[in-house]
Amino acid sequence: MAMHGMRGLSVFISEIRNCQNKEQERLRVDKELGNVRNRFKNEKVLTPYDKKKYVWKMLYIYMLGYDVDFGHMEAVSLISAPKYPEKQVGYIATSCLLNENHDFLRLAINTVRNDIIGRNETFQCLALTMVGNIGGRDFAESLAPDVQKLLLSSSCRPLVRKKAALCLLRLYRKNPDIVNVDGWADRMSQLLDERDLGVLTSSMSLLVALVSNNHEAYWSCLPKCVKTLERLARNQDIPQEYTYYGIPSPWLQVKTMRALQYFPTIEDPHTRRTLFEVLQRILMGTDVVKNVNKNNASHAVLFEALALVMHLDAEKEMMSQCVALLGKFIAVREPNIRYLGLENMTRMLMVTDVQEIIKRHQAQIITSLKDPDVSIRRRALDLLYGMCDVTNAKDIVEELLQYLSSADFTMREELSLKAAILAEKFAPDLSWYVDVILQLIDKAGDFISDDIWFRVVQFVTNNDDLQPYAAAKVKEYLDKSAVHETMVKVSAYILGEYSHLLARRPGCSPKEIFNLLHEKLPTVSTTTIPILLSAYAKILMHTQPPDQELQSQIWAIFNKYESCIDAEIQQRAVEYLALCQKGAALMDILAEMPKFPERKSSLIKRAEYSEADTAEQSAIKLRAQQQTSNALVVTDQHSANGATSPVPVGQLSLVKVPSMITTENDTSSDHTLSQQNGALSNVDPQPPSADLLSDILGPLAIEGPPDATVQSENNAASGLEGGSDAIDGSAIVPVEEQTNTVQPIGNIAERFHALCLKDSGVLYEDPYIQVGIKAEWRGHHGRLVLFLGNKNTAPLVSVQAIILPPAHLKMELSLVPDTIPPRAQVQCPLEVVNLRPSRDVAVLDFSYKFGTNMVNVKLRLPAVLNKFLQPIQVSAEEFFPQWRSFSGPPLKLQEVIRGIRPMPLPEMANLLNSFRIMICPGLDPNPNNLVASTTFYSDSKPAMLCLVRIETDPADRTQLRMTLASGDPTLTFELKEFIKEQLISIPTAPRAPAPAAAPPAAQPTPQIPPNDPAAILAGLLS
Amino acid sequence: MIHFVLLISRQGKVRLTKWYSPYSQKERTKVIRELGGVILSRGPKLCNFVDWRGFKVVYKRYASLYFCMCIDQDDNELEVLEIIHHFVEILDRYFGSVCELDLIFNFHKAYYILDELLLAGELQESSKKTVARLIAAQDSLVETAKEQASSISNIIAQATK
Repeated sequence: MAMHGMRGLSVFISEIRNCQNKEQERLRVDKELGNVRNRFKNEKVLTPYDKKKYVWKMLYIYMLGYDVDFGHMEAVSLISAPKYPEKQVGYIATSCLLNENHDFLRLAINTVRNDIIGRNETFQCLALTMVGNIGGRDFAESLAPDVQKLLLSSSCRPLVRKKAALCLLRLYRKNPDIVNVDGWADRMSQLLDERDLGVLTSSMSLLVALVSNNHEAYWSCLPKCVKTLERLARNQDIPQEYTYYGIPSPWLQVKTMRALQYFPTIEDPHTRRTLFEVLQRILMGTDVVKNVNKNNASHAVLFEALALVMHLDAEKEMMSQCVALLGKFIAVREPNIRYLGLENMTRMLMVTDVQEIIKRHQAQIITSLKDPDVSIRRRALDLLYGMCDVTNAKDIVEELLQYLSSADFTMREELSLKAAILAEKFAPDLSWYVDVILQLIDKAGDFISDDIWFRVVQFVTNNDDLQPYAAAKVKEYLDKSAVHETMVKVSAYILGEYSHLLARRPGCSPKEIFNLLHEKLPTVSTTTIPILLSAYAKILMHTQPPDQELQSQIWAIFNKYESCIDAEIQQRAVEYLALCQKGAALMDILAEMPKFPERKSSLIKRAEYSEADTAEQSAIKLRAQQQTSNALVVTDQHSANGATSPVPVGQLSLVKVPSMITTENDTSSDHTLSQQNGALSNVDPQPPSADLLSDILGPLAIEGPPDATVQSENNAASGLEGGSDAIDGSAIVPVEEQTNTVQPIGNIAERFHALCLKDSGVLYEDPYIQVGIKAEWRGHHGRLVLFLGNKNTAPLVSVQAIILPPAHLKMELSLVPDTIPPRAQVQCPLEVVNLRPSRDVAVLDFSYKFGTNMVNVKLRLPAVLNKFLQPIQVSAEEFFPQWRSFSGPPLKLQEVIRGIRPMPLPEMANLLNSFRIMICPGLDPNPNNLVASTTFYSDSKPAMLCLVRIETDPADRTQLRMTLASGDPTLTFELKEFIKEQLISIPTAPRAPAPAAAPPAAQPTPQIPPNDPAAILAGLLS
Repeated sequence: MIHFVLLISRQGKVRLTKWYSPYSQKERTKVIRELGGVILSRGPKLCNFVDWRGFKVVYKRYASLYFCMCIDQDDNELEVLEIIHHFVEILDRYFGSVCELDLIFNFHKAYYILDELLLAGELQESSKKTVARLIAAQDSLVETAKEQASSISNIIAQATK
């Protein structure tokens, strides 16, 4: 290493360092600047070495923060020096001292160009570096073609070409027209074939900028990006020097994935599959390691992969994997990962249907709001703001209010604005909204902008029911000793308008209200006094019968302010005084304020504006802009509903107004049903339409699943793929025996039945492993996560999980690792899509090895028919026309069922409710009958309404007659059979042994292939 | 993209600045003052990211020096954090366990190295070996020029004797 020192420079730096204080340093610097200035005056006699030295000194002084307003010319002139050392200093000093807008730079353009087109490689590098760092529009126009030539030249070495790529990127940013799209796209695509990873990295940065503006032109680059990514992710043919802590250039991986995020979709199935394989690999294969840098690098790649998966959001299974990962991240100790977990969850919210999963992490996110690190607190606030909706608004806003008292000052304004917006957007009732805003003003008055209190006044004015409540509430606040001025403003306004509504309450006589307000007058500024004066005038007007004493008191105040120096106050005082003399006319002029026209909240507009303001050309934001906010529309309607809800004044804080919007998963129990008896506001507005009738015309075999043949073929195929010996009828006996040596803990069948009713629990357990399941159902989609927990201190190996799906379900299980480390839990997401109604059950063929024990079990998965039902309550007016329209078989089927387990009618109602078939009380005049309704979701058809009627015989509880109707014959049949099964064998009761209780291997099933799920099921029933 | 790179000591002294976006002299001074205040006041064991005026600053402390890079909101923070470390490793390799003093007295070297690492606010080279090779080549160019200059001046000196 050559350390060619520059003695004069070192001496100067030492002297600066030895200065005792700032003053001394300044003196020394001034002296040196004088010296340099003198030297530069006699430029002719300066040796190149001296010139270099003085330019460095200048740069050093500049770096210390002193103004250096001369010598720029000297720095620029060094660029044209013939020798490398001077030229180098000239280029570097120029790019440090000047920015692109500097006039001096123009002087250098010619020299720079000569260096670029010249043959000297080192000069080319220097020139490209400077242009790449500070080149402006002028440079873009005069140099772009030359830079392009270098980038594409086959004779240039990588060290020049990588600089040319980034230099071109800079020039492109200054003037996008310099890249001629027609011819350029092909060249760009060729650049991606580059072997040198330095050039490829730079070219990829260039591509990111190009596609961010216009992806259309660069489609041809897409497969190459995927190829590059694959090569890196699989570490194929990557030189050692381009791996960073064992990771093939994490930077290039990140950049490549960035570029891919600008393409809206990937259509070519092969490319898409390859990409998803790579992404899956990254998602699953990134472990936490001890080395900080390796960890950071691998997580940089992981987070970029997450962003790309989000962008390509089609793959539901991966999405849930992503949320699961993020959920893990927000709870780790490493603050960077926590921060990024929160940030990426916020980004994830833009993808439509992950909100529900993210909500599960609400508690953890709220904890992050109290993190010692303000950066993390900010991210948590953003996330809470983003994930808030009607279901959790109360909790979240309350947390924000609580946090407000302890929040840093830098965050308070943002915090209170966000709380105010959320309160407005998602208020379950308006009184709550008023409470929140008043608390905000009380706790953080200094940070409450006028917009916020204007808005609350607007709401109170527009909602008659709210007025007495708001008036009573602000009075409470005024009773406190210290009141923020904003509170005085809003109270004065509201009490002026509406305090007469409280007149009969103790302490609320006009006189008392006046005194309460007037006490505050000495403490407020001139902007608030006019509001107080208006309030006095209004209070006076509302005082019935007139109170002479109060009148003279208020008139005296108006008198006093008649000569006030503040024009606004004076005008009010004069006018009110004059109006008071007018008698009846006063009533008109001071009458209650008219309602405000409904308009969009200025707060929300403000928030949207500030978001749009910083909009860069980033993929995430582009998408955010395309997505219209539907939350707003919904809640607008909602607040209108809430406004009209009649609420007894004064008890509001105690009364919980039933929310009009029920959560989707609300399988509410019967007591709330009876309360909501008449409330039918949430009926699905789209009952099955007439065109469904056309479906009936198709030939359908009602008495059996219509696609049984397809099913068995399909299963035979899937069985072959996952062929495990144990399924095979001719299984070797020892294997079978080994299987039996491990006894399951608990009853597998009971566990399954319990899981049919709830969404999480244990599916299987034995001494070595516990298989848990957690499911979320939404319409025809299901998202299950299998938790494979190793209970031992030794690893479980040869872990295999194969899903044998019935024909009506599409199931995708993510990669199950081959080994489960000791005491570790592995999560395997499983996506389910329901295609058709069917009672067939999916089976999980699960095996692992512990020591020499090979364990193989087949478990039914609780992806059963009722999971795709959504309860719906139907009114009499809707029920009967529907019921009649399903005129008979095959749409409407009736059956007398015997052998029912006797149970009282309410129990049966509960049972149906628990299967998401909702009892509609009061529809059937006969108290021994039950009428219920539900909707069924499948991929092939829109939601289908299903209606059920059960007629019981009080004399014989073991039999009943059931009628089932829906718009789909298969659905009618399957649902009828399903309910029948449930009524005959009650899941909570101990199960009677099934007729075929032999182990699967022992049961000869010659006519069906041994892999048929029916055969497996028969075994499972034991 | 990286908008600027800033090296400040624990005492708030600037050891290197590099601006990839146009900032006027006034803005530069303001940025340094403001950001210095924010970053130096952050305790240990916090995350390496700070929100700042609609941008993000990724920083890391090495002994007495804070390395900061300002990036866009949506950029990949960890990637930039490792660019910082990559830079530090290259400095370390060049100076041989680098310390603040090396960077004070050889600040021009730090600039040369940074220019081989970053360009236009983007990473230019991710191979430490390549950067080291390029810097060594530059050094030898300067050395050769110096030797030539001294031999020429010797010749001149002898000729004019």
